[in-house]
Amino acid sequence: MNRTYLSYNNIISSVGFDSPTVVKNIHERLSGISLIEDKNLFPDPFYASIINSDHLKKAFDKLGSNGEYTRLEQMMILSLDKIITASGIELTDRVGLILSTTKGNIDSLDPRNPMPTERAYLGTLGHIVKNYFGFTTEPIVLSNACVSGILAISVAKRYISQGTFDQVFIVGGDIVSNFILSGFNSFQALSSQPCKPYCKQRSGINIGEVAASVLVNKDRNNLPPEAVEVLGEASCNDANHISGPSRTGEGLYRSILSAFKEANVGPRDIDYISAHGTATIFNDEMEAIALNRLGLETVPLNSLKGYFGHTLGASGLLETIIGMHSLYHNTLYPSQGFNELGVSQPLNIITAPMAKNLNCFLKTASGFGGCNTAAVFKKVGS
Amino acid sequence: MNATHLKIKEYCRISNNRVLWNDKLLMEEPGSDFSTFIKLAYKKMETNYPKFFKMDDLSKLGFLAADILLKPMIRDSEISKNIALVFSNSASSLQTDRKHQESIVDRENYFPSPAVFVYTLPNICLGEISIKHRLYSENSFFIFNHFNAAYLHDYATGLIKAEKADEVLCGWINCDVEDYEAFLYLVSTEGSIAHNKEEIIKLYTSR
Repeated sequence: MNRTYLSYNNIISSVGFDSPTVVKNIHERLSGISLIEDKNLFPDPFYASIINSDHLKKAFDKLGSNGEYTRLEQMMILSLDKIITASGIELTDRVGLILSTTKGNIDSLDPRNPMPTERAYLGTLGHIVKNYFGFTTEPIVLSNACVSGILAISVAKRYISQGTFDQVFIVGGDIVSNFILSGFNSFQALSSQPCKPYCKQRSGINIGEVAASVLVNKDRNNLPPEAVEVLGEASCNDANHISGPSRTGEGLYRSILSAFKEANVGPRDIDYISAHGTATIFNDEMEAIALNRLGLETVPLNSLKGYFGHTLGASGLLETIIGMHSLYHNTLYPSQGFNELGVSQPLNIITAPMAKNLNCFLKTASGFGGCNTAAVFKKVGS
Repeated sequence: MNATHLKIKEYCRISNNRVLWNDKLLMEEPGSDFSTFIKLAYKKMETNYPKFFKMDDLSKLGFLAADILLKPMIRDSEISKNIALVFSNSASSLQTDRKHQESIVDRENYFPSPAVFVYTLPNICLGEISIKHRLYSENSFFIFNHFNAAYLHDYATGLIKAEKADEVLCGWINCDVEDYEAFLYLVSTEGSIAHNKEEIIKLYTSR
């Protein structure tokens, strides 16, 4: 069985346009969430994490591309460009491309959007990214609700284990759109304030947009200092409800257990948990139950939704990248928006930046359709 | 586990208003539209699952095709089976996305519905199947421009080899403006058809 490593990485977000900047800003508790007034996105003012369009345009123009690209395509191309360049990897038939997204260019369905509606096909998005860089293999688009970003890492690892590829570039991305805001609002899931994961005063999610990318590699050479090894991962369905999490956290519990088994670790080996923490009443409660069933309630934990909002199909990938840097800096970053525990079971929420020797972390995510994914990562070191 | 010995145990196809299970034509209803056809198929297959009528077209199609393959297996088994679901298509959930978009385009006539919005994710279909058959297993939904036998083959093989699943229900479930198509096959350690790219393409293209 091949080992797999997460290597070069990038984040394009309202908190910064590269991983080190983003991590530095998180350390200083700078959140990308702000009050947005844009009637094209939502009738009333709302809290969200939105990338500054001028910054995006300026950064994208620097690439010197002639083509017409959507907002999401620009974000994804910018993000991938940085890591393809940094890695120096040639895009041969041994190199795969995975896109993780829930809705892709969904804004092109809006008649006010100048792009043709055909742009909403996710396969088209995959091919636009493929052709921009000249990948020689067919792009794999993964659209599996809010676990997509972390599941994409599992998928890359398996294709490498199976010998399909030697390296896989993953890019995850979703944008804040009228489509998404109106939908989550119809579920009454949007918070009227900056979101507060696991807090007693939490009242729902903020939506965010981000593109994040990572190189998954079987080669232990040419790794950046923040690289981690993928020790184990698993995904299990709740088999309970399509839009609500299981009351017992069954799918998440099983996912973590199965990821631990493959990683050959137990709760005591985990130094940090990067949890899902959307700040809805039911999600956070479900996670607390699942983590307590596994004896993980004392492990330091954060949700990063208070910085980026819920970035849907990119969130798991984004949060894994922050976790890599957390290990590298031996620093735990606080869970933004948290004041007082508001779930029925104990959790060790990180409330201030803290130096700690970190070796291993657990990343989890859960989503609509009852899906759950867990993965365990270990520092590679020098 | 020797992956070269994996087999395709059975398969199912729903397209052109016909339902096929392995080589067998289970029903045919030429001329009717999708919603009439799928309702008739539901009755004929004795699906007996009232939640079916709340689903969107993609979920109905995937659910029915999966039910034909899984029902006999799950009924005969006391313990829940570890059968992973690995589905793919080209249109994701676009048919329902268009419906949600219509409900929000006019500010004077604005009526987004959570019952529609929840189906704007293709993997909801996998959730519906998991609930019905008590599958606490892995679900993945891939989007390809065309049916991609090689990617499905390698992924299913990897899942069984890594002991993430005992069996994998794989295939293509697509609903778009013009047409619909379901083709599912069960990858297992048992069966008579070899699990390789050529056989998968042969089964997919034979109608």
